[in-house]
Amino acid sequence: MTVQSYTFAYLDEQTKREIRRALLKALAIPGHQIPFASREMPLARGWGTSGLQVTAAVLGRGDVLKVIDQGADDTTNAVSIRQFFARVAGVRTTTRTEEATIIQTRHRIPEMPLRRGQIMVYQVPQPEPLWRLEPSRAETRRLHALAEYGIMHVKLYEDIARHGRITLAYDYPVLVHGRYVMSPSPIPAFDNPKLHRSAAIHLFGAGREKRIYAVPPHTDVVPLAFEDHPFRPWKADAACMLCGATESYLDEILVDDHGTRRYLCSDTDFCERRHTSRQAQ
Amino acid sequence: MTDAPLLSVRGLSVHFGALAAVEGVALDLWPGEVVAVVGESGSGKTTLLRAIHGFVAPTSGSIRYRSDRLGDVDLIALEEPARRLLSRTEWGFVHQNPRDGLRLSHSAGANVGERLMAAGARHWGLIRAQALAWLERVEIDPSRIDDLPRTFSGGMQQRLQIARVLVTSPRLVLMDEPTGGLDVSVQARLLDLIKRLVAELGLSVVVVTHDLGVARLLAQRIIVMQRGRVVEAGLADQVLDDPQHPYSQLLVSSVLVT
Repeated sequence: MTVQSYTFAYLDEQTKREIRRALLKALAIPGHQIPFASREMPLARGWGTSGLQVTAAVLGRGDVLKVIDQGADDTTNAVSIRQFFARVAGVRTTTRTEEATIIQTRHRIPEMPLRRGQIMVYQVPQPEPLWRLEPSRAETRRLHALAEYGIMHVKLYEDIARHGRITLAYDYPVLVHGRYVMSPSPIPAFDNPKLHRSAAIHLFGAGREKRIYAVPPHTDVVPLAFEDHPFRPWKADAACMLCGATESYLDEILVDDHGTRRYLCSDTDFCERRHTSRQAQ
Repeated sequence: MTDAPLLSVRGLSVHFGALAAVEGVALDLWPGEVVAVVGESGSGKTTLLRAIHGFVAPTSGSIRYRSDRLGDVDLIALEEPARRLLSRTEWGFVHQNPRDGLRLSHSAGANVGERLMAAGARHWGLIRAQALAWLERVEIDPSRIDDLPRTFSGGMQQRLQIARVLVTSPRLVLMDEPTGGLDVSVQARLLDLIKRLVAELGLSVVVVTHDLGVARLLAQRIIVMQRGRVVEAGLADQVLDDPQHPYSQLLVSSVLVT
C-alpha cells in the first residue's frame, strides 16, 4: 500500500479535529481529564492507541517523531509505532531527544532536559488517580470537581505504616497547578520532577478509558506527600554497565541463576551517546 | 450559646414516588443533647436521619443548622461543597452496618486517619498519633492499628467506625442503630462507650433506634415515629414511663422485661 491510500497520519480529519479540541481544553485546565471519542486503531487497546491518536492529531509535515517504550527506542512497540507514522504521514523520525519535536512515550521522560516547542505524548492505561480508592466514576468526578483529595493520602499513609516510607515507585500522583490531582501515567516517580515547570507541552491520552489530559509548559507539578515524609524520587543505587552513568534511571537485569544483577540506562538514546563519546575519547 | 438549637427541622417530608416515608416532621436538637428517634421498622426514622445528613433529598421542609464555620445555614438550600465541608468536619454519621462506614481494604489506622486527611492534615506522625489515641479511647488494642477492619469482630468494627467519625471532633453526630446486629454483652459495652464519649466531648446526637433500652440509656429526649409522622415527643423518662399515644404505649409495653 502506498502513502497516498491514507489520510495524512492515518486518522480522518474530523477525528483529529475532535481530539485537538479535547487537547486545547485539556491544556486550558491543567490536569483535568477531558472525555474524547477514542477511535479504533490498527493496534489493540492497551498498546498505545491513545498515544497514536494524540500523535496523529498534533503531527504536522515538518515534525520529527521519536517513540520510546520503557525509555528504549529499539523495542518492538516503539519501532512499530515509529514505522507506522513514517509510512502513513511520511514524517522524519529520530531517536535523538533534542532533534524530536514530538516524543511519544509509555514509561519514561527522556533524561535530556526538554525544551520549548517539544511535545511529549504519553500512553496512559489508567487516567484516574482515585480509581483504587473510589470505584464509582461519578463519585471520582465529584471529588475532582470539589478538589476533595483527602483520600489520595490514605494510600500514602498505609505505605509509610507498612514500609516506613512511601514505596510508590511509578504512577506517583501529582497535584497540577495547585488544583487537580493527576496520574502521570506509569512513569517512574524518578521522572516526576521533570514535569515540574517543564518547558515542553505534556499531553496524556488514555485510549481505553477515553480521556485526555495535559500539562502546559511552565506549570507547577507537585508530587503528593506528607510534611514529615517528603517526596523522594527513587532510583537504583548503581552505575550503568555500559556508559557508567549514575544520574540516569536504571533498568535492573538479572544475568544468571545466582541473582547477579547488572544495571543499564533505561534511556537508550542517552546511554548510547554517552557510550560512544566515551569510546571516542 | 445554648439559647438556640444546633439543629432545627421543620415540616420535613421525604416522598419516594407516592410513598410518604417522612411527613411533616419537626425536631430540635440543642447543643450537648441526645435525642432518640424510635419507632418500628418502616416508620421513616432512618430516612429522617439520612435526609438530615443529605444522603436523600427532602421533598419539602427546612433543616436549619448552626455551624461554627458558616453560621446559621439552611441545609437544603446549601451548596454541595459547603455541605460536604460540614459533613467531613462538623458532622459524623455512624452507620448501622460498620461495613458501610469503613474502608474494609484499608487498615484501621488509615480508616481513622482518613477524615483527618480529608480535613487537611498532612503530617504523618501526628495523624498516626491521633489514630493510636483514638483506638485506645474506643478500647481497640493499638497494636492492631495496621490490621484490616475485616479481621475485626463486629463490635470492634463498630467501635472503629465511631473512632473514625469522632476523630475530627464533630459537633453533631447522627447514629443509625449503632448497636444493631451486635450481641447483648457487646451492645452494653458499646452503649457505655458511646455514653462516655458523648459526655466527654459534649456531642449533640440524633440516635435512631428500635430498641427502647438504647433510647433510655442514651437519650434525654425521645421522638416516637409511626408511618413517617411524629406521634409523640418529650423527655425520655416521660415518654417511656407515661406514654400518651396508643402507639407509644404499644411500643413501651412490648419491651421484653428481663
